[in-house]
Amino acid sequence: MTTQTTAGPEPVATRRRTSAPRPRGSRLEQRRQRWGWLFVSPFLAVFALFLVFPLFYAFGMSLFTSTLATGTKFTGLGNYAKAFTDPLFMEGLLRVAAFAIVMIPAQLIVALLAALVLDSLTSWLSKLSRLLIFVPYAIPVVIGALMWSFLYSPKFGPSATLFTAVGLPTPDFLASGTIFGSLVNIVTWQWSGYYMVVIYAALRSIDPSIYEAARIDGANGLQTALRIKLPMISSSMVMVITFALIGTLQFFTEPVVLRNIAQGAIDAAYTPNMYAYSLAFSYSQFNYASAIAFSLGALVFAGSYLFLFLTRKQSGLK
Amino acid sequence: MAILNTRGDHADALTTVTGVPDHAYRGPRGQRDRDGRRKGGRRIGSHVFLIILAIYFIVPIWWLFVAATKDTAGLFSSPAFWFDDTFALFSNIGELFTHQGGIYWRWLGNSFLYAFAGGIGATILAILAGYGFAKYRFRGRNGVFGVILGSVMVPLTALVIPTFMLLSQYGIINTPWAVILPSLLSPFGVYLMRIYTQDAVPDEMLEAARIDGAGEIRTFFQVALPLLKPAIVTVLLLSVVGTWNNFFLPLAVLTDPQLLPVTVGLNRWTALSNAGAGGEQVWNLITSGSFISVIPLVLSFLFLQRYWQGGLAIGSIK
Repeated sequence: MTTQTTAGPEPVATRRRTSAPRPRGSRLEQRRQRWGWLFVSPFLAVFALFLVFPLFYAFGMSLFTSTLATGTKFTGLGNYAKAFTDPLFMEGLLRVAAFAIVMIPAQLIVALLAALVLDSLTSWLSKLSRLLIFVPYAIPVVIGALMWSFLYSPKFGPSATLFTAVGLPTPDFLASGTIFGSLVNIVTWQWSGYYMVVIYAALRSIDPSIYEAARIDGANGLQTALRIKLPMISSSMVMVITFALIGTLQFFTEPVVLRNIAQGAIDAAYTPNMYAYSLAFSYSQFNYASAIAFSLGALVFAGSYLFLFLTRKQSGLK
Repeated sequence: MAILNTRGDHADALTTVTGVPDHAYRGPRGQRDRDGRRKGGRRIGSHVFLIILAIYFIVPIWWLFVAATKDTAGLFSSPAFWFDDTFALFSNIGELFTHQGGIYWRWLGNSFLYAFAGGIGATILAILAGYGFAKYRFRGRNGVFGVILGSVMVPLTALVIPTFMLLSQYGIINTPWAVILPSLLSPFGVYLMRIYTQDAVPDEMLEAARIDGAGEIRTFFQVALPLLKPAIVTVLLLSVVGTWNNFFLPLAVLTDPQLLPVTVGLNRWTALSNAGAGGEQVWNLITSGSFISVIPLVLSFLFLQRYWQGGLAIGSIK
């Protein structure tokens, strides 16, 4: 990530330096460059207070263990050893990994297909659909999950009416076997529209004369989509996947809301974030909760960095 | 090769998109119409696909609208996707004013306060920092900016529990500040402002203002700031939405019911109603309250289309 952006803006900076030569060593110039710090410092203060400091603080907290009997004492990496052998934490990690494997492709396929189709149409109907597909993004995640929990509900949900109308038995969307799919559906519904708009904007920025050339070469619509459009928007796709990956591994709001009606299928440690939350706020185990939160943060960071590294050709991270 | 080409074009095209969001969508229209007309059959198929997608994305919202107009009995007895005989939307709204002393409106007000205080603050910090990074070459600039960029991959939910512990040490837990202050942190906003400033504010113009005798602060306000307007609106919209949607942070740092944002409050009502507590079954208030709470964001997305489409597009080159 770091390398990628310095690679981006840098040529501009070099060009500017040569086109507008400045007395670089002059004291006036040096004093002026210090203004940069002044502009940057308010943000840096917030950054230090609410990102850097909490991270160090959490790591520090995680090195201690406090119990009523013994008080607080330094236990080094003990909490981490405990976390990575804790079946509840490991199950949660595996679960969000499984969600990532199913949920990200689901969102991506819907978003990509919608964007490719929208890119090939210009009717009022396609413009309206573009807006309608995006609308769920404007709904807060909590409200979206609440709506779906009503729709899934066997008590007042429409599913019973719909399924009996076609003569099928009504599935229980909130059983432990089906809750996974029910959650995937909510997330796909909520986020595909956002990704669709990002991919659509990238498609629109492709120079149309390339399509002209492809058509002259005899490429059909599918070939144009697969061989030209897809490779040309690959850096946007990498970014969309990175966002989806970071979001999925932190899965929290939707399962917490659905837990209201599906206690049996979603336990308090369903995802690592939920586990950390219940450790801290139900059991006051703040040290262990810090270790879980810090481990999750580190794993998400490492995971998204690894993904960007593996796709460095597409993402421009070289 | 193609990838090498797109990198450069891509960055330019997308930054232009922010400036003049409509521009990118105008280009290839004529050529596409010809293309579409040539394959009339495929357009019908594409439209059918889009309509199915649009129905999937809009039906839950339609359901919410219909449900908001029903009383509790109607929610359970009438068809899920059509109106009941009694139109109870206005009596539901009336009940929202009296239930628990009209706390719902207080929640809605809190959501506005947190979203705007957090969003405007984050935007101001991002503008200043973006300008500082883009237009001054102070020592340590690249190192600091690299750290900020890397932090985009730190999952913000991993910070919630450490932030909670820090804030409770300083006694600002369970106050509006506990939600607003951490919401000021927007590394992604800084990144967007930096790449936008780099292109939109020419060095020569700043140089000219300085030669005319303007100080650094005056140069920033009178020369740079007006040029940044499109990016400012984009970052503001994204950060207001981000704070409005945030669930984990207020859930952790607020316990006073009077301070909750509407998302956490509605989730609380749902949890109580599901628990079957006799006096707390307020299904009609949950649906109508949810419906009212989504109106402001959906409307602002509809009216600010020009901006968010461009904004999401620069997001994709991160």
